[in-house]
Amino acid sequence: MRDLSLHLMDLAQNSIQAGAMLVGITLKLDGEGKLDLTIQDDGCGMSPETLRLAHSPFGTHRRTRKVGMGIPLAEYNASATGGALEIKSIPGQGTELAATYYTRHIDCPPLGNLGETMAALILANLDGPDFRISLQSPLGQGILDTQEIRKSLGDVPLNTPEVMTWIIQAALDKTREIFGGELQ
Amino acid sequence: MKTLADLEEIRKRTLERINLRKEDKDDEVRIVVGMATCGIAAGARPVMMSFMTESSKRHLTNVTVSQTGCIGMCRYEPMADVFVPGQGKVTYVNLDEAKARRIVSDHIVNGQPVVELMIGADRDKTVGKGEE
Repeated sequence: MRDLSLHLMDLAQNSIQAGAMLVGITLKLDGEGKLDLTIQDDGCGMSPETLRLAHSPFGTHRRTRKVGMGIPLAEYNASATGGALEIKSIPGQGTELAATYYTRHIDCPPLGNLGETMAALILANLDGPDFRISLQSPLGQGILDTQEIRKSLGDVPLNTPEVMTWIIQAALDKTREIFGGELQ
Repeated sequence: MKTLADLEEIRKRTLERINLRKEDKDDEVRIVVGMATCGIAAGARPVMMSFMTESSKRHLTNVTVSQTGCIGMCRYEPMADVFVPGQGKVTYVNLDEAKARRIVSDHIVNGQPVVELMIGADRDKTVGKGEE
């Protein structure tokens, strides 16, 4: 994974796979360059045994092969910056993943194109969960919430070309406004 | 800055057209991009955005782009399956943004699947016989 936005894309896929109805994503950057990423879902959750496997590169639910690198790679990158990645999960209720990255550490990957990740998650999962993506930094905060978007749109589907353009642009604008050049 | 008020505008503008389209669901084209760890690391996200922006630019309202997990052949990522009604599935491999745009214009708009980008196109050159 070249950057943090790709990790987010990858980790959020786990929540979708868990059958979540709502996925809450928060990216919070403080004035010292500490970035907290949380992904919270109301999916099927994991047993303690599964949770232990999730941290291991040799744990996966796929049957096509024996490795699952998503969480181990994200965890490795977090700890390389002095941060950490933790997962709390209750079977039947949902999962919360929290990762901390110290963005001023020399080993911290760039944030990458977060706007594109947000747009891609929303637009490629129109039959999947709702997303509530919240960005916070000393420069301000912004939210992209598909429940709100759906409410404003009424009967117009999200994959209408004009709406797709709006979502992509809104995601890019918000990222630029809130994270500026800090993490690029 | 994009605001929710823009969406109200879009809703008013497009609602009529949408109602017309709803009656005809048989022409639904689906593009499914592999977005597991392997796909994302190989560059699937820009490919998916390219499919989306290209079909949105061309106002192809019958195209749905969605993501799926690992298709199972990680060395061919980024991959995408294209389903055109009545024509079965075509799997494209080793994609990039330009190839995605080409698939939209050649395959979806003009009905000419792009043979050289399909899985197995390089079989005789680099892939062993009998390999899936």
